[in-house]
Amino acid sequence: MLQDRYKLAYKVYPYERSADQDKPDAVRHPVVIVGGGPIGIATAIDLGQQGIATLVLDDHEGIGMGSRAICFAKRCLEVADRYGCGEPMLHKGVVWNLGKVFHKDDKVFEFNLLPEQGHKYPAFINLQQPYFEKYMVDRLRALQAEGAPVEIRGKNRVDALEVKDDHVVLDVMTPDGPYKVEADWLIACDGASSPLRTMLGHEFTGKVFQDSFLIADIKMKGDLKFPTERWFWFEPSHGQGASTLLHKQPDDVWRVDFQIGWDVDRKEEMKEENIRRRLDAFLGKVDYEMVWSSIYTFQCKRMDSFRHGRVFFAGDAAHQVSPFGARGANSGMQDVDNLGWKLGLVIQGKAPERLLDSYSEERIFGADENILNSTRSTDFITPKSEISKIFRDAVLSLAGKATFARPLVNSGRLSVPCVYDGLSLNGPDALAGGPARTRVGAPMVDAPVDGAWLLEKLGGRFQLMTIDADAPETLDVDGIAVTRLALSAKGNPELAERYLGEARSAVYLMRPDQHVAARWDQFDADAVRDAVNTATGRT
Amino acid sequence: MGTLNTEPNIARPDDFYARLLAAHEGKSKAESDAINARLVLILSNHIGDAEVLDQALTLAAQS
Repeated sequence: MLQDRYKLAYKVYPYERSADQDKPDAVRHPVVIVGGGPIGIATAIDLGQQGIATLVLDDHEGIGMGSRAICFAKRCLEVADRYGCGEPMLHKGVVWNLGKVFHKDDKVFEFNLLPEQGHKYPAFINLQQPYFEKYMVDRLRALQAEGAPVEIRGKNRVDALEVKDDHVVLDVMTPDGPYKVEADWLIACDGASSPLRTMLGHEFTGKVFQDSFLIADIKMKGDLKFPTERWFWFEPSHGQGASTLLHKQPDDVWRVDFQIGWDVDRKEEMKEENIRRRLDAFLGKVDYEMVWSSIYTFQCKRMDSFRHGRVFFAGDAAHQVSPFGARGANSGMQDVDNLGWKLGLVIQGKAPERLLDSYSEERIFGADENILNSTRSTDFITPKSEISKIFRDAVLSLAGKATFARPLVNSGRLSVPCVYDGLSLNGPDALAGGPARTRVGAPMVDAPVDGAWLLEKLGGRFQLMTIDADAPETLDVDGIAVTRLALSAKGNPELAERYLGEARSAVYLMRPDQHVAARWDQFDADAVRDAVNTATGRT
Repeated sequence: MGTLNTEPNIARPDDFYARLLAAHEGKSKAESDAINARLVLILSNHIGDAEVLDQALTLAAQS
């Protein structure tokens, strides 16, 4: 039977009997996505925007309740923008820049993310996960209304699968009983405890951390409001946890996160009176309403490969990190961004299957970076040994007095996009004096262009961005069209600083996921051709 | 990129050694551990050079 594992915030894809269930033979779909969470829905939007028929199966009928992920990073929002749903997120989200770090009761230091001007999206917004998911499902529905071949089936649980050389067969359970579905390609976006990963027997290895955290999302009543800042306490004197985090969300909701240790009675700790006891010790005499609470433990793990023949794993199903640094959902969105165009080109017959191996190569590179950063944050926040705690405390006690110690304080290294340095799809980096931040492998950096934003003009296809350089308006590279975006850096200091550096002109080849595939100072047709072929796995 | 100086470099070694011990006088084990940790961090920052620090860590780890 189909039992709900969690309550829904929005019932946005109620079960409906599909015609597939009445066919004698399993119906074949080009792409099936398992899991209707943020990563699954984003994948469906990416493929739907390319006109590729995509079916999403989810064992619930909508978006789960609870704030869960709250911190969405710039690159993630830029990907969402390419999917047509970034603006409602930005509109609803809370933008924050200031962080304060405390040790016991003393403020050790504060940091300002110092937003650089000339970007459509800020470094971070805080937004409850259900809103993030809702805006994506709304976008998917809008795409469907425009005729995009995407479909979501609620209360469709995959109970078994059989992987063949050129397709996958799924046993799906519904309230009306079981049926079979076939997929040319399957994408597992079924979360950290991925049932599909278990069914296929794939390893998920890494480190488990022996600590647990109690999250309480509270809505303040009355006039007391905290500022829109990130406050982090090491060893707070209220004694309710080895660390505490306070962070604002929309709707006057604050996230409080207590580090409560490994040997705790979860059931006991989750009782409202016990959560309130901690909150009261922390906040003093204030009136609040509890919105959501949860206890989590975490691990830093990943699969050995994110592609297994016809099956891909994306998001938490492929890799899991600690929450410090907001590297979970944010990296999952980068997975989708990476996989979508590659699968699109292969399905359209424009690139060989081996292009799909680069999804695993590039995103494992990203996952390892996230796991490294998140493990280091965890080692600082929850020291594993006596000497590790001695050094941690030494850093904290120095940080208030000597600025050198502040960069050593690690309360989470916040998510930054991955640069695919030195990986196999990269073409030449032949722009002498070009800025490091837009080097080959890097995601594009936004800039204001003609009263709009650069990133709005790029993505979804291969493009040549020329800055004060000539090039043809379009170029056909064996079936892949490359279109030109002609810009001038005259009177645009942001564009000059971010893309020219010391160079006087530039030609950038951009991938559909807005990463730089190659760059030169002048257009050269053969060089562009070679780089497109390299970036699509054709050479 | 530098090389760790392992030649004598402290002008009055006995004086320095006495001051090092004096910093720990009357301290509990925990307080002493904290002083040592802070000292390591302060001196490491002063050196800064990653290669020198790596050579120092290697030398220190030999017992």
